[in-house]
Amino acid sequence: MGSCHGHQMCAIAAPEVFGSDELGNATVLIAGDIPAELEGKARRAEANCPERAIIISE
Amino acid sequence: MTDTRKPVESLLTDYDIFEPSFIANPYPGYSEIRESECPIAHTDRYQGSWLPTRYEDVVALAQEYEVFTSRGILVMPPPPGQAEGAYGGVAAPPITSDPPDHHWHRRLILPVFAPQAVAKYEQGTKDLCNALIDEFIDKGTADAAADYAQHIPVRVISTMLGVPFDMEEEFTDWVRGVLENMHDLERRKRSRQSIIEFFLAQVEDRKKNPRDNDLITELLNTEVEGKKVPIEYVLGVCNLMLVAGIDTTWSAIGSVMWHMAQHPEHRKQLRENDDLWPTAIEELLRVYAPVTMARIVDRDIEFQGCPMKAGDRVLMAFPAANRDPRQFENPDEVILDREHNRHVAFGSGIHRCAGSNLARLEVRIALQTWLERIPEFELVDPASVTWAGGQVHGPRSCMVKF
Ligand code: HEM
Ligand code: SF4
Repeated sequence: MGSCHGHQMCAIAAPEVFGSDELGNATVLIAGDIPAELEGKARRAEANCPERAIIISE
Repeated sequence: MTDTRKPVESLLTDYDIFEPSFIANPYPGYSEIRESECPIAHTDRYQGSWLPTRYEDVVALAQEYEVFTSRGILVMPPPPGQAEGAYGGVAAPPITSDPPDHHWHRRLILPVFAPQAVAKYEQGTKDLCNALIDEFIDKGTADAAADYAQHIPVRVISTMLGVPFDMEEEFTDWVRGVLENMHDLERRKRSRQSIIEFFLAQVEDRKKNPRDNDLITELLNTEVEGKKVPIEYVLGVCNLMLVAGIDTTWSAIGSVMWHMAQHPEHRKQLRENDDLWPTAIEELLRVYAPVTMARIVDRDIEFQGCPMKAGDRVLMAFPAANRDPRQFENPDEVILDREHNRHVAFGSGIHRCAGSNLARLEVRIALQTWLERIPEFELVDPASVTWAGGQVHGPRSCMVKF
């Protein structure tokens, strides 16, 4: 999350996957693989981050 | 006021961001520049500036903070004799700060604006919106900008700063003096002076009478590397809260009200689908992004073929970037459930808006509360709506009936 600047658009797109630390920067709420039912939302978060800070690996 | 400005010859070489038709509706102009052979326009007006209009260029400029510095962030230079970005040594950190200081200037205020931290203002904002609506609901008509939008952010900020609501009129006047009416140099200078003097008195008061849960008291007690932060920093942050938090958010709320007055189908969509709200707010912020910032070029550089010189001003036209068809399908259309929305209404990179979670909350509560109480409404006369523009774009009068 090096280039995260706290837009919080990831948490808006996928609140189950992304949260916020006390500075408003993104945290990942899920350890390990993203469950299949949340994959769509997580992809949407990836596509909405203005800093392109989120990269979902296969 | 008679308009003595010289007519614009070509947008590409002579744009005028304070020209009345550009203020009211800048989007056709942005689009003309964006689709021309030169998507970064230049003007000699107001001591000269560059105007990039493509998403990719605006974002690239925002990331290059060493070349495109924030020592001047106003779209028009300050009055003669007044330092860039500062009044008597008081700036508006972190917005006017460059690295390395920018980092701690920003870091110190971030916790105040994190999503968890701003959630506590939700109920107060709602109560405040309801109280404003109580004033006019029986009349069947209201100015959605001047009677409603304008009063919301200024009261939220007053609450955060622990200063009385009765400063509302002065705050509003000062902020407009600094931002909207910046071409009136005397007023601009006077407004800046009033802001600093007001907060100087507040700071003196907090030093004598520290308060609990009070932002100014906390800032005064903050230490960086074992030393109390300088008083200029505390004053600067207070100054910033006014200039960054009031006009911007009120303009966004006003534009959203103006839009909703004309789109019953969008009101219906929001009424019927609670889950739509978060993406809808982002979409409205994309289309009606109110804020344009500036940068000062640090050294001669060629950017996308444009020969930029040290000291040149570059306008960060986030509203233009947000309507670039290369980045957004049907960019001029409001699509409340838009899937891909990397909008930059709040900027991009290290200066990206620190107050965005608060701004979003205010815009959402303002619209939700209004729609609960006044589900159906329309513009009295579209032609009578008046706008502010330049640095901050939004309606200043917007009569609606219900
Ligand atoms: C809809 C409302 C708002 C919009 C559209 C907006 C937009 C922006 C933009 C575009 C920037 C980037 C400036 C740059 O690149 O030079 C910015 C910075 C900033 N905004 Fe906002 N803003 C809004 C509301 C607020 C509020 C309510 C606050 C807090 C009270 C706030 C505090 C800040 C701060 C502290 C910065 C500077 C961050 C830095 O330089 O690190 N903003 N805002
Ligand atoms: S959208 Fe991107 S920049 Fe914003 S909080 Fe999420 S990861 Fe960070």
